[in-house]
Amino acid sequence: MIKKELTCIGCPMGCQLTATLEDDGSFISVEGFTCPIGEKYGKEECTNPTRMVTALAHAVGSKTPLSVKTSKPIDKAKIFDCLAEIAKVDVKTPVHIGDVIISGVCGTDVNIIATKELN
Amino acid sequence: MQSKDILIIGGGPAGLAAAVAAYEAGARDILILEREGSLGGILKQCIHNGFGLHTFKEELTGPEYAQRYVDKVAEYKIAYQRDTMVIDVTPDKVVTCVSKENGLEQFQAKALILAMGCRERPRGSIGTPGWRCAGVYTAGTAQKFVNLEGLMPGKKCLILGSGDIGLIMARRMTFMGAEVVGCVELMPYSAGLKRNIVQCLNDYDIPLYLSHTVTDIAGKERLEGVTIAEVDEKLKPIEGTEKYFECDTLLLSVGLIPENELTNMAGIEMFPFTSGAVVDENLQTSADGVFACGNVLHVHDLVDFVSQESAKAGKHAWEYVQGELSRSEKKVSVEMGKGVNAIVPQHVNAELSEPLTIMFRPRDVYKDAVIKVKAGETELLSKKKRVMAPAEMESLLITPEKLAACGDIDKITVSVEV
Repeated sequence: MIKKELTCIGCPMGCQLTATLEDDGSFISVEGFTCPIGEKYGKEECTNPTRMVTALAHAVGSKTPLSVKTSKPIDKAKIFDCLAEIAKVDVKTPVHIGDVIISGVCGTDVNIIATKELN
Repeated sequence: MQSKDILIIGGGPAGLAAAVAAYEAGARDILILEREGSLGGILKQCIHNGFGLHTFKEELTGPEYAQRYVDKVAEYKIAYQRDTMVIDVTPDKVVTCVSKENGLEQFQAKALILAMGCRERPRGSIGTPGWRCAGVYTAGTAQKFVNLEGLMPGKKCLILGSGDIGLIMARRMTFMGAEVVGCVELMPYSAGLKRNIVQCLNDYDIPLYLSHTVTDIAGKERLEGVTIAEVDEKLKPIEGTEKYFECDTLLLSVGLIPENELTNMAGIEMFPFTSGAVVDENLQTSADGVFACGNVLHVHDLVDFVSQESAKAGKHAWEYVQGELSRSEKKVSVEMGKGVNAIVPQHVNAELSEPLTIMFRPRDVYKDAVIKVKAGETELLSKKKRVMAPAEMESLLITPEKLAACGDIDKITVSVEV
């Protein structure tokens, strides 16, 4: 068995979690969480780690870039592919918070959405 | 001179939350003075997520969080003046400001809310040795360049200080294609939130050098490299432990300073441990009807807590205007016992009208500790904590009934017992 120390990032508490894994890395259990978010995070971090990605997209005719985010957490392994896809777009203004900039980024069901008002 | 019921200095998260809460409590004659070109303060450049979990029960980015309040201000038709710099405040609430549009103006406020926020500690305040070349920025300045102006400060960077902005910028610079060679922290523990260490450094294999500092900055025109060294218990560099990093950018994330020039100008009593004003549980300062909230009062970790605190200031400011906020003659002081730093508030009225929130920062990293709040010999509260660190503010809630049950007391003491 392998013990893995994790810091929960579900909220600012930052609970210290200890996950127990089989020698082949498969998940057995997690302890140390103080809420259901922590339990879920501990398990996911060992089986399918994901991250919210925030980035900047080029907006046509705007001096300031458009800030964007993933509509939900994306596979951690796909962060840089996701950033590369965002770097390619030219967004037309005006843009509003929540507007979909890329639908299904990197072949996932995650959208890239605007996080600021740009007129 | 124009008169205003409630005048708010600063249109960042604190000022906005105070304005919205004052309006919701019944105030209508409110004016926000903001020195920048738009409302939102630092949130405008904080494009990362993690804001609003407490306030809105969802995870937002900085601009989204700010927009929620900006929309409320618009909906309530709360007045604000942009590009307006306040240059003087008196203890009797006369505020002088300048703007291109209106020139010099003076306002007499019935209640004044100080919500000026904080600024970054600059290079000059930490005595970094070496050349004064281009390429050394505070992390927040770099953040503004990248996120608001679309400019990259450099290609290969080192970060001094593990404050949250520095950690966030380590990830941002990585995302933008720069190489981040490391993050250097003087103390044996990080100054930033744990989740930022995990998500901004660990995720991208950026090394964190604890108990290290910068000992030399090389480069005449442009930064060429930075030397770091390990420090001893007295925080002095240890000879022979130097490491050299070739890089073109050094970002400083070495702390935040509440912007209290105006507070000082008004002669308001200050608390050296927070670098903010001394306040009671209603966030009223030593000057009657002058309230302080948000990062100008004490530097927070989370904007959600800034909003909560500032909403309280807004509500109490309106009570003050209506003559409904009384200060009891007897003050109960709130004292910092062992292991406690930067406590807010510093004193409370003997009779509480609502649950009392006490906030503080632990002096050190403590494991399996207990926070104790005592009024004389009576224990008001005992709270177990698995981990505590100076980077994470602690918050305690005490009900008026509990305090009243202690009888006639002079002080409340908060301490950490290991």
